[in-house]
Amino acid sequence: MSVGLLYALAGAALFAIGLAGLLALPHLLRKILAFNILGSGAFLILVGLGQRDGSVDPVPQAMVLTGIVVAIAATALALALARQLLERTGRMQLPEDRADAETDDA
Amino acid sequence: MRRVLPVAIVALAALFGVALAAAMLELPPHAVRLPDDVAANIAASGVAHPITAVLLNFRGYDTLLEIAVLLLALFGVLALVKPHAARAAHPAHPLLQTLARLLAPLMVLVAGYLLWVGAIAPGGAFQAGAVLAAAGVLLRLAGLLPAWVAPTLLLRVGLALGLLVFVAVAAAVLGHATLLTYPPALAGGLILMVEAALTLSIGLTLAALYLASTEVRP
Amino acid sequence: MSAALAFDLLIIAALVWSAARALTVADLFRGVVLFIVFGLLMALAWARLGAPDIALAEAAIGAGLTGALLLDAVGHLRAKREPEA
Repeated sequence: MSVGLLYALAGAALFAIGLAGLLALPHLLRKILAFNILGSGAFLILVGLGQRDGSVDPVPQAMVLTGIVVAIAATALALALARQLLERTGRMQLPEDRADAETDDA
Repeated sequence: MRRVLPVAIVALAALFGVALAAAMLELPPHAVRLPDDVAANIAASGVAHPITAVLLNFRGYDTLLEIAVLLLALFGVLALVKPHAARAAHPAHPLLQTLARLLAPLMVLVAGYLLWVGAIAPGGAFQAGAVLAAAGVLLRLAGLLPAWVAPTLLLRVGLALGLLVFVAVAAAVLGHATLLTYPPALAGGLILMVEAALTLSIGLTLAALYLASTEVRP
Repeated sequence: MSAALAFDLLIIAALVWSAARALTVADLFRGVVLFIVFGLLMALAWARLGAPDIALAEAAIGAGLTGALLLDAVGHLRAKREPEA
């Protein structure tokens, strides 16, 4: 198994972890963390699969470089929105999650 | 119900991950070899480093749209923060201030180096911009920069410069060929010009994303 | 098993562990710190994949700037919570 395929499989695991966290965790900051982990998994799959025959491929690498910058822009915007929600409701949770997670103090 | 739902989500996500891994293991070998295409055309791209060639020349659209997305995200953040939250920065520990004053010029120097070396080795506008932004964050943490809730005109020009220069260059080469197809003789110079503007704008935008959304706690 | 493969498996195990812990650890501040660790491990993974450009960007942006943003958000959340507690 090549290094690329190995990291692509790790990317699949990270994608699954991020997906589960994004859907199951009520706290918005955790959702943002999960979204970033999901994104990192996707980036690993993109580059890893492109290099599964063992050669270095600059095309997916350049795309991931763009993706990392877009991911931080999305994270900053999501954090600003979450702060706004905290300002207005006193909680960092979406309204539909709140009933489920009264005990979650994180 | 409250306990069952998360367990079901985790189980489904795990199932998805396993299916994804199984699909990747069954993929046939590459039908198209992109690295060969890159290697065949790199001489005409104006730079010697393949990733910079892909980012700024072969797939210039990606980078053009990416700097636009970055600017849009900053607009969103600026629209969300309240103007009265802006206060003067509180002075941090003198040691941190001195350290920041020493490091910030060095970081600008490193950013310039990364920008220049991007033509031939790992580096380029993204990394240089990130280092510039890190210098901004460091100065902010040391209390040497105020919050940028309402950017001044000069700052706005800096934030938009990358996108404007990129669009201007893309439009200027339209007469020669299609959008973002540089004439090989000018490609190196044009790419360096676009990258220099991008570095400034990416650095300012990333720093502004931090400086605008974080508030001063005295 | 070669040393390189052992190193790769170690990085992957650390990546998966830090990602899972960042989402499940009770204290949010610890979660963010674990996420920064995850970002730095990603930079190592990129270096192993022969992508020094991404490794540089990941260390500066993924771990550094994202970490600064998230830590600030946690501090903001704590400052909000403390008067109530």
